[in-house]
Amino acid sequence: MAVRDMAMRQPRSEVRVTWLRVQRTIGRLLIYSGLIFLAVLVAVPFFYMISGSFKRNSEMFSYPLTLIPIEPILTNYERLLGGKEIPFTQQFANSALIAVTQTALSLFIASLVGWGFAKYEFRGKKPLFGFLLATMMFPGQVALVPQFLLMVKLGWLDTYWAVIMPGVAGAFGAFFMRQIMLGVPNELLDAGRIDGSSEFGLYVRIGLPLSGAGLSILAVLTFLGAWNNYLWPLIVLRTASKFTFPVGLATLFGLYKIEYGMILAGAFLATLPVLVIFFLGRNQFVAGITAGALKG
Amino acid sequence: MQWQRRIAPYIFISPFFILYAAFHLYPTLWALYLSFFQQTGIGSAAKWVGLGNYIKLLSDDRFLKAVVNTSYYAAGSLFIILPAALLLGLAFNIRDLRASSFFRLFYFTPNITSGVVVAIIFGLVFDFEYGLINNWLLAPLGIAKQRWMQNAALIMPAIIIVGLWRYTGINALYFLAGLQNIPHELNEAAQIDGATRWQVFRHIILPLLRPVVLFTVVIAIIGSYNLFGEPFLLAGAEGGVRNAGLFMTMYLYLNAFRYMKFGYASAIGYALTLIILALSLLQLRLLGAFKED
Repeated sequence: MAVRDMAMRQPRSEVRVTWLRVQRTIGRLLIYSGLIFLAVLVAVPFFYMISGSFKRNSEMFSYPLTLIPIEPILTNYERLLGGKEIPFTQQFANSALIAVTQTALSLFIASLVGWGFAKYEFRGKKPLFGFLLATMMFPGQVALVPQFLLMVKLGWLDTYWAVIMPGVAGAFGAFFMRQIMLGVPNELLDAGRIDGSSEFGLYVRIGLPLSGAGLSILAVLTFLGAWNNYLWPLIVLRTASKFTFPVGLATLFGLYKIEYGMILAGAFLATLPVLVIFFLGRNQFVAGITAGALKG
Repeated sequence: MQWQRRIAPYIFISPFFILYAAFHLYPTLWALYLSFFQQTGIGSAAKWVGLGNYIKLLSDDRFLKAVVNTSYYAAGSLFIILPAALLLGLAFNIRDLRASSFFRLFYFTPNITSGVVVAIIFGLVFDFEYGLINNWLLAPLGIAKQRWMQNAALIMPAIIIVGLWRYTGINALYFLAGLQNIPHELNEAAQIDGATRWQVFRHIILPLLRPVVLFTVVIAIIGSYNLFGEPFLLAGAEGGVRNAGLFMTMYLYLNAFRYMKFGYASAIGYALTLIILALSLLQLRLLGAFKED
């Protein structure tokens, strides 16, 4: 690249080269200032949430607005974790239990169906797969009322299963795992069969280990979706001790708007695990997102 | 062995299809059936009304308002959020830009934050007396404080600002993925031939980005018609002042679980589906036509 740049620059006069450099530097400066300005716009609301969780309400709702608390306090966290207003620790644990269970189950089911579609020829494969793709265009809310009625019939209302089960078998996960598992070489399967492996054994010993990257992408996406979901848990959960944190925080937001500091403390605590998972899995995450965009 | 290989695929796919049928397909068809009945509450008897619910929707002012609002938001996503994301994606794609990956990840964090948390944060951002926008953005510019959530004309712009904050980063990543697939040589060759940057963008980059544009547009449309948490908590559960913050999914939720009109809510669900399908087909045609020129 350097050689080619020089070749391009050679016939030009010194002045022009300098002028081009100045232009380039100005361009870079503009882009960096733009990016930093945007980063500030992204950061300030987050930062204001965190700082607000350490403020007294009297400080939050008075002038001047402060980005760093003048008199930082821990009362908001003590009250939140004390559990008088809402059982926040319980709700946080509910969210974790539900998100983990839903992620584990959907990874298992999605990898099974993905394996079936990727590695076998069978009657009805094409129409079934086409049908699956077509249903991805349907918005989930269309089934909201009957899903609720189904939970009533099953006697699952106000239980964790009601939150977990509808999210376990999703068309996206099935499609995604099929795409990933297409990449497993068929020769390995033939070799496994010659060695006497069962078909399920092939899935466990070859399919799953070779799809690790795809599984971790799906795990992160499913976990975040389950952790942040609000509408469905709002519909099927009834008692505060069963709530997931979004339902709990939203209730607090509706009832005690005056207690903003405590609400912000809850919002911050609920966001922490997501940020940790995101920064641990950031590479898989970006890979997963971009894969979706390119294949779409 | 041979028979095992023949039945194995059915065993692999059956857990998924059993659960998918039970929790998605069956309820989806049941909703279609329900949408032809008038049913209020769980125990009550269902009364056949044929297309009555759908006809009623056409003269339901709140429903029509929800359609307009949701489409307003969708337009905001397409014409404000996506172009902003494309610009950002182009910036990310500049070679040897320092700290580019830091910025990418950083702009993305609002997207993984729960909608409820986002609403809680923006409750403070848009507060009339002590809000960040009024005090830190408008006041220095000499603009009077605005009642963002109490002024019918400002609720939708406010919700679009929330969307801009939340979804620009992820869409920039989508665009970047597409841009990285375009060989730099193409770009350079055109520039050596004397094409301006705009010409390169318009005639080389944009056409090659078509699949990604298609993808982001579909996702933005579906996302807009799914939006629930932010307007529900920010504008008010019932849609706020003069229903200015009423979204379609909110209206479905209200009818189903507050007014207990199961049949009517199901009809709203199918109206929503029709709109999404129509828009998706329309843009497939539009962007498909774009391919031939």
